[in-house]
Amino acid sequence: MTTETILRVTGLRKQFGPVKALDGVSLEVRAGEIHSLLGENGAGKSTTIKCITGAYKADAGEVLLDGVAISPQSPREAEQLGIGTVYQEVNLLPNLSVVENIALGRMKTGFLGRIDWKHSRVRAKAALDKLGVSIDLDEKLSALPVALQQMVALARALDVDSKVLILDEPTASLDEKEVESLFQVMNRLRESGIGIVFITHFLEQVFRMSDRMTILRNGKYVATREAKGLSREALLQDMLGKAFEEMQGRPGNLNTFSEGLSGKENRLVVNGLGAPGKIKRLDLKLKPGEVVGLAGLLGSGRTECARLVFGIDGATGGSIELDGKAIRQGHPRTSIDEGIMLASEDRKTEGIFPNLTVRENMVVALQTRRGFFKPISKEEGDRIARKYIDAFKIKTSGPEAKISELSGGNQQKVLLARWLAAEPKALILDEPTRGIDIGARAEIEKLIESLSREGLSILMISSEMDEEVRCCHRVLILRDREVIGELSGDDVSESEIVKLIAAHA
Amino acid sequence: MSTVSKRNWRENPLIWPTAGLALVVAFNLFFGAEFFSISIQDGHLYGNLVDILSQGARVMLLSLGMTLVIATGGVDLSVGAVMAIAGALVAALVERAGLGFFVAFPAAMAVSMLLGVFNGSLVVFARIQPIIATLILMVAGRGVAQLITTSDVIIFEDPVLEFMGQGYLLGIPFSLWLVAAIFVGMVLLIRKTAIGLLIEAVGDNENASRFSGINASQLKLIVYGVCGLLAGLAGVLEAASLSAADPIKSGELRELDAIFAVVIGGTALTGGRFLLLGSILGAILLQALTVTLYNVGVPAAVAPVPKAIVIVAVCLLQAPRFRTQISKIVGLRRGK
Amino acid sequence: MKFSLQRNPLAATIGVLLLLYGFASSYYDGFFSLRIIANLFTDSSFLGVSALGMTVVILSRGIDLSVGSVMGFTTVFVAHLVMVEGLPTPVAWGLALIVGTLFGAFMGWLIVAYDLPAFLVTLAGLFFAKGMGYVVSDVSIGIRDSFYDAILDFSIQIGPGAYLGAGALSFIVFFFVVLYLLKWSRFGRYVYAVGGGEDSARLMGLPVNGVKIGVYAFNGFCSAFAGILMTLYMSSGNPLFGVGLELEVIAAVVVGGTLLSGGVGGATGTLLGVLTLALIQGIMNYDGRFLPAVRPISVGALLLVFILIQRFLVRGKEES
Repeated sequence: MTTETILRVTGLRKQFGPVKALDGVSLEVRAGEIHSLLGENGAGKSTTIKCITGAYKADAGEVLLDGVAISPQSPREAEQLGIGTVYQEVNLLPNLSVVENIALGRMKTGFLGRIDWKHSRVRAKAALDKLGVSIDLDEKLSALPVALQQMVALARALDVDSKVLILDEPTASLDEKEVESLFQVMNRLRESGIGIVFITHFLEQVFRMSDRMTILRNGKYVATREAKGLSREALLQDMLGKAFEEMQGRPGNLNTFSEGLSGKENRLVVNGLGAPGKIKRLDLKLKPGEVVGLAGLLGSGRTECARLVFGIDGATGGSIELDGKAIRQGHPRTSIDEGIMLASEDRKTEGIFPNLTVRENMVVALQTRRGFFKPISKEEGDRIARKYIDAFKIKTSGPEAKISELSGGNQQKVLLARWLAAEPKALILDEPTRGIDIGARAEIEKLIESLSREGLSILMISSEMDEEVRCCHRVLILRDREVIGELSGDDVSESEIVKLIAAHA
Repeated sequence: MSTVSKRNWRENPLIWPTAGLALVVAFNLFFGAEFFSISIQDGHLYGNLVDILSQGARVMLLSLGMTLVIATGGVDLSVGAVMAIAGALVAALVERAGLGFFVAFPAAMAVSMLLGVFNGSLVVFARIQPIIATLILMVAGRGVAQLITTSDVIIFEDPVLEFMGQGYLLGIPFSLWLVAAIFVGMVLLIRKTAIGLLIEAVGDNENASRFSGINASQLKLIVYGVCGLLAGLAGVLEAASLSAADPIKSGELRELDAIFAVVIGGTALTGGRFLLLGSILGAILLQALTVTLYNVGVPAAVAPVPKAIVIVAVCLLQAPRFRTQISKIVGLRRGK
Repeated sequence: MKFSLQRNPLAATIGVLLLLYGFASSYYDGFFSLRIIANLFTDSSFLGVSALGMTVVILSRGIDLSVGSVMGFTTVFVAHLVMVEGLPTPVAWGLALIVGTLFGAFMGWLIVAYDLPAFLVTLAGLFFAKGMGYVVSDVSIGIRDSFYDAILDFSIQIGPGAYLGAGALSFIVFFFVVLYLLKWSRFGRYVYAVGGGEDSARLMGLPVNGVKIGVYAFNGFCSAFAGILMTLYMSSGNPLFGVGLELEVIAAVVVGGTLLSGGVGGATGTLLGVLTLALIQGIMNYDGRFLPAVRPISVGALLLVFILIQRFLVRGKEES
């Protein structure tokens, strides 16, 4: 095996407004290796890839391909230079044939602009042969299963003589068998001397496939490790950014509060909730004032749990009870009426109404709960808005400011206010602190504590495990769309969570 | 504070129709004095300004309904056809079936609303793009109107209809009172119920509205229904003003006028925030433009040309990319 | 292999066409003849050319509402140039085609460069072209010209009493041109690509903006071409011609199986769609008892049925 470095990235920096997305990222890929790029949400994996392929322009840093500095202006140019990319969502054209999807944009034409289909077919066939798969060239792409569509995407990326192939979450939508055949193709390409950058959130796959791995955290380079001999715990420490010794214990007051709960009736009871492809089975009990965390890596099924309980996605089995009353599933409106609410992780597409004011954004859930004919007057809305602006220290010019003019953290607080104004009994918080600065995070944590003291049951999801350790009375651990363990009391600690996630089933 | 008020001034969507109206008025100050002449004959107001308002009444009605539809992120191309159907139906029921106004009129309104709900259900249940969904009725509706009148123009006589279309109340055309009443009614409805907020939420971010528990389908059905109803009313008004229902000419190209009035009035075609008053102003502007052009000798048939230029200009002024280009050019000048 | 509508999207159109034709042939004496078929082509020549242009627009996931007005404008423009300005007919035609193409390209540019909704820009285009038609002439201009006479005299006999005139032949030739363009040219395949997924097409490095402008320019050309065919058919130019025709054009494309969501469909389907609409008109003319109102209603109903079929097909695909 060669050890020649084929792609060398050094000191990559990229800033979006005030946010440093990349802060000195480096990556070295050898010919004939599979190199995993790892990190939790917001670590900067996608941004790194986009800077390499020219989808973004890096503010600083260097990309060397075969020792030559390159700066492609578009993914297409990167492809021509020899860096092919395949994304999780297949970026091909479902309405066209396999051969067209591979050849479009590089077709030869002859007399009267007539496309030389023969030429395109030969090249497409060659590219597919290289992968060792055979697909009918004339088949419409949409008629193929996702796994084969991905092969077509690979063939397209390889049609030019690629030196580096970037695979961005290629296995996310594949089943086990399909993953196996993708791995075979990857091995085949590795043997042919291509350097593969592999991004996935399945640790099993990382250990199985990679030769080496580079870990990023918060836009910074952490380390590059040989896969051989690396323990899962060590890798997780790299990814989470701290050694076990440094991991925090929990504030003692949480336990005393928990003890006071034992005599109380359950507020929310979820029994055997599940849906194929989302979560295998969720059982959950929440007492009034209890804060329960869902911990797990990206893709473990945390958000899926939240969506099923709220009813925005339909479950295929199981039941939900609130204060002993069965809740009709699959209807967010019913959930809101009964008092189960979800503050979604995706602020932009599932949260804010960008062109409406802070006040309107805050009262909208309360308004749907009250119904059509009991409008919240401007005065009442103003009172509600001012109350929460003061309570949460929201930085805005006033209730009539457009929400899109607020910073991410303040938008998040407005959304929290939206749900609290609607008087929930059980509130699901999915990544309540994502994308907001440290100061605002601390405030939101404090808020969660005081809400819990007022008797609100909270189901909390956070990629920041220390946050869950600080806020939650109990933590359920998820892996591969299944609850694999539970920690409570003094057992709740980052190191325990990490150990459970890392342990083999 | 000064920066805030300056920004508010620039962002106030009513600025465009108001500025447009001011331009038209200024133009007329110089070129056409007859624009402003108002006379009183038999206790009724006459003159260009009154004509603008009374002839604009139908487009105002259409634009009120269209505003709501556009606010939910949709559009209704069938309003012209619905006008023709409603006019034809009233005329046929009154003249041919010999029914009284108080049967014919409610029947026409009910049918118009059902046609709107039909549009809405194509959008909501069959999930067809609004342009296409309403195109169907735009095509077929003319035929339905012709079928109702058996292809003729129906001339009718009915005192109530005549009053609706041609009568005066306190010196002002009755149709204007009607529009004013509906406008006030809609504003009150929006104030006294939550429907305005919910419509804006759906149009602004339909996905997020689902997470907030809003029933977007129900809202859309209502909104298309209202749009159909108002279109029907406009159709009856048009027929009443002529004492005749013309299944071909009635409401011809009116859907375009209505959409233009809404867009000029500051409601974005992408949905969300809407302004009923803006649409009324937009409709008035459109009519004032037509009358002014007529006054300076531009034939009515050519009027679509300046209309088209105005609408593209307004859309460009609202387009973010055009704005940045302009501000760059202006900035460069200032920089030098 | 099992028969499915998804694999044979034209089956529904062919079915409707055959059913209509079969019904008409058995009901009306003499309907089953080459003459009637030749007439279908003659009567739908301008609708057909315009629908072929619209097919390309809809394939790219666009829409163009201005076609009827541009056609009407072209008729008076050509008639004016020939009869009033005294220009040679080929020059007038050439100018009309250039104007139509540029007008389409300009609308396309507005849509692409400023991200304006296509339906709005082309709606403004409808207004503009309609008004400009009246600027050229507000009355009908009859065309009496030797060149026109020569072309009108030309025809090919395909059977007893069945003639294909210049209009019908232009339509048929143009059909093959568009068929070739969509299947064998880079532009054609890019149109499908843009309609299938604009973002993906961009990621693949295709010139998406150029294709979109090109599509509207091409359709502008087609509208002007159709307008010229209309002057042949009517022997006059009138700004009133073409009013409301955009709807029939869109209907023909949709009935021909081209999906409004873009990327799927083609010229063959549109040809069938045009013939279906022409057949409805043909039956009405032949029978003579139908009210003219039946035509828009049947076109609307057909449009509804086919759009619902399309929705059903697309949804079926999403679920499988």
